Amino acid sequence: MELNELETQMERPAWAPQGIDLTVPSVSRMYDYYLGGSHNFEVDREAGKRAIEAWPGLPKIIQANRAFMRRAIRYATGEGVTQFLDIGSGIPTFGNVHEVAQSADSSARVVYVDNDPVAVAHSRAVLEGNEGADVVSADFRSPQDILHSAEVERLLDFQRPVALLLVALLHFVEDKDDPWKTVREISDELAPGSLLVVSHSSADEGPMRNVGAGVRDVYRQTSSPLITRSRSEIKQFFEGFDIVEPGVVPLPRWRPEDMPETEDPLLLSGYAGVGRKAGSVG
Amino acid sequence: MSSGPHEPEGLEKDGLRRFATIWSRAVYPATQTSMTRAELEDYLYPLAVRLCDALHAHPFTPAVGREVGSALVDAHCTSPDALPHLLGVIDSYLVLYGRDPESTTLDVDEARARCSRLQHSIAAGFTQALRDRTLSEQESLSRAALAAQTAVEEALHASETRFRAVFNSATIGISIADMDGRIRDANEALARMFGRSAEEMRRRNVNEWVHPDDAPHVWRMHRQLVRGERDHFRVEKPYHRPDGTVLWTNLTVSLLRDADGEPRYQLALLEDITERRLLHLRLRYEATHDELTGLPNRTLFAERLDRLLSASGDVKRFGLCYLDIDGFKAVNDSLGHAVGDQLLISVAERLQSCTAGSGHLVARIGGDEFAALVTDPSGPEDVTDLARQVLAALATPIGIDGRELSVRASIGIVEGPSGELRPEEVMRSADITMYRAKDAGGNRYELADPDSDARAIDRHSLTNRLPAALERDEFFLEYQPLIRMSDGHVDGAEALVRWKHPVHGLLGPDRFIPLAEHTGLIVPLGRWVMEQAVRQACAWHEERSAASKNGGGKGKSKGKGKGKSAGSGASDDGCRPLRVNVNLSPRQLHHPDLVPDTVAVLEAAGMAPSSLCLEVTESALIGADEDELKPLRQLAELGVEIALDDFGTGYSNLANLRRLPATTLKLDRSFTQGLQQHPADPADVTFVEGIVTLAHALGLAVTVEGVETEHQASKLRDLGCDTAQGWYYARPGPASSFQQGFAVIP
Repeated sequence: MELNELETQMERPAWAPQGIDLTVPSVSRMYDYYLGGSHNFEVDREAGKRAIEAWPGLPKIIQANRAFMRRAIRYATGEGVTQFLDIGSGIPTFGNVHEVAQSADSSARVVYVDNDPVAVAHSRAVLEGNEGADVVSADFRSPQDILHSAEVERLLDFQRPVALLLVALLHFVEDKDDPWKTVREISDELAPGSLLVVSHSSADEGPMRNVGAGVRDVYRQTSSPLITRSRSEIKQFFEGFDIVEPGVVPLPRWRPEDMPETEDPLLLSGYAGVGRKAGSVG
Repeated sequence: MSSGPHEPEGLEKDGLRRFATIWSRAVYPATQTSMTRAELEDYLYPLAVRLCDALHAHPFTPAVGREVGSALVDAHCTSPDALPHLLGVIDSYLVLYGRDPESTTLDVDEARARCSRLQHSIAAGFTQALRDRTLSEQESLSRAALAAQTAVEEALHASETRFRAVFNSATIGISIADMDGRIRDANEALARMFGRSAEEMRRRNVNEWVHPDDAPHVWRMHRQLVRGERDHFRVEKPYHRPDGTVLWTNLTVSLLRDADGEPRYQLALLEDITERRLLHLRLRYEATHDELTGLPNRTLFAERLDRLLSASGDVKRFGLCYLDIDGFKAVNDSLGHAVGDQLLISVAERLQSCTAGSGHLVARIGGDEFAALVTDPSGPEDVTDLARQVLAALATPIGIDGRELSVRASIGIVEGPSGELRPEEVMRSADITMYRAKDAGGNRYELADPDSDARAIDRHSLTNRLPAALERDEFFLEYQPLIRMSDGHVDGAEALVRWKHPVHGLLGPDRFIPLAEHTGLIVPLGRWVMEQAVRQACAWHEERSAASKNGGGKGKSKGKGKGKSAGSGASDDGCRPLRVNVNLSPRQLHHPDLVPDTVAVLEAAGMAPSSLCLEVTESALIGADEDELKPLRQLAELGVEIALDDFGTGYSNLANLRRLPATTLKLDRSFTQGLQQHPADPADVTFVEGIVTLAHALGLAVTVEGVETEHQASKLRDLGCDTAQGWYYARPGPASSFQQGFAVIP
């Protein structure tokens, strides 16, 4: 072995796993807290409370995001897409992707991906015995790890359309990591007719313009800082996809199932959209 | 009751549906469910039915309230805030919308009491379910955290195991020390390299490992690393081994910092290069020393000279003795290479004895050349002293194979301040100076001086240029006519070579013929001159033949300009070809191809041998034996004219003249100078007269050179000289001027 090679390896062994620090708030456990779950620790709840303090409507937005995801999954199954790749899936909660998808089509396949080892371990426990769903411990920023994981290769058929779910994920990926490029890299592997489902926080409309800084402060202390992006930046994620009706719109306005009596302006703080990959379906 | 408890009808059914709508509208904002409000309403409706049934049941039991409370938690109504909304709607509307129109048994007070008890039960069920759910979620999360942590630990353990394997089986030595230098861990390879156990290694401190041969910057860099100012360094470093041997390593030290960037450990990687280094040293020694004498060779000498001459060092002056053995080639040729080698070994030993203990470097530069390099002499005397010692040391004969060989050597000395001359300039100067010593008779030293160097460099550059000059046609010929004194007609011409040097301009033969003679280039150059001259003579001949033929028809017009030109000579002499004189150097004279080359040139041109005259200097023939004269004699027998050039300047044995194959004597210009005066120097007159008489008596013609005045010309004619050459008749000029006719004064 060359000296240099060994030196490099000793500085940062490629195989060394990331440690778990339960004293740092986790984005996925905070999310669970907003949804009224108890899959969270004191430190997550503290951070969650501070975020809600800065932005009292946060749980409602999360709920709206959750509702959008449900509608998007139903839309996908309605379109005949029954394979789901959910990156940044977090802690499995009531009304998860596999529950919604498999209740619509029992043969639906779901692969969850998260970089939080606790979320992955919990998902693994929840999914035990479910033949059609599994979880991968990987990071969105290393898409090849996801695409070439044993779980993805076992459950998903890339010759057929897949719904790629990037729900409330991309606003945790900084520009320096070029999330657009990563989305393209994954999309390149998808068959025509595949769907891209995105929701993303934005300061374009709604009160985020005023309270955003406080929330971003809270998230700065977590493992993933929060990035708000403009609608046009969010639309750029759909390069190579035809955005389906009604386009990239505030969360509650994406194909609502019942007319809300009043629309809370808080819910305008995030955009949602679904795109279909162009090309003939094989 | 006509209808079952779970099949409300009519008014009751509408009432409960209405209740469920109100209920869901109140509860929905307080939940975090991902259901739509309509879905929630559908979920709540059966719960409302059960509550209604319980309200009217006989006997009354509030137990179903617990189940409803639990079902609400299942629907993700987990916020405590949801509870008042839940209960508030039941309290206000259950009795109202949940009335059984056919039942009269239940009075309003009883109904309200039952409703309250149901609410208590729902609250209990909700709380119980929420508590169970919270606990189970917390437990599953903890299990997940534990599982994740275990997975990480297993991965870490696997990583650690792999790292251990790398650490232990690596062929390079690895040690990790803390910032105080205490070794915390060392691998087997390192222990083996040091000849100690890994256990012993762990008791050591890296700061102890000082070695006298450490490069000066090693420990400075190490201190910088320990202070955190440097992240790594790489050096060659020696270590003591317990058995007294030295371990040489390629050492790389890297600083390992903690998460806060504070220096924590020093990681050392050591590669054993002891063997490689020994091999390198041996190769280096072999590359820098002469195999025969064991002296440093040219490479090492050049390195040392380089260092000595660089002004950066603390050395102020340098001295160089450049020595070449006189006549070494003769030793090799006559006594063989084995004796030659023995001689060189002995010379090397004697040179070393002269410089022993002085720190001066003695090197064998090549062949029989040696050099002694003097570091910081106080002046030239130090170096000349050394040269004298060397000559004295070599003066005592060297005994080889029972023979006593006395060694003579020529030494060129260069001495001066460092930082002025480049090594190649010093070596060139030494070489030139050494040759000066040789030219001065050898077995001596000379001190370099800039003037001699400049002359030699000039010669040198001309010499170097000569071969290319011949290839590039930089030489050309001029011709000076030879005048027949009896009638003033042109008898022939002497070919004189010139060099049109691209830098130095037009050069006469005195500048380059000796150089060409020295290098041997005279042979091809001489052949070229002969070819050109003979070809030119033929061209003249053809022109004259054509002119004379034309002269038969148009003679009048051609001869109109009064007969003093070559043209008039042609008409008198018919077609007798002009003779061309070509100079022959001593080296050409002894060249084995002289005769065949000359014959080939004449045949190629189709010219009669008698039209070529070879001029040979008298000195070149002095002492020549019959063998050496043979080629010249052969040429003379073929009909080639032979002129003895510069006659009278050598100390020729006049008696010798008889046996030389010469046909003409060319009297040196020094004898005719006295005849320029009026009246002529009587001694010169007598001398020339004598020579002419002698020559004619031997059947030789006499040519005089350097004729410059009319008086001189007529005197020499009177004295009986046959042909003449000089500025009086014509200066040397191009062949074309010859054709146009020389300004020959009859």
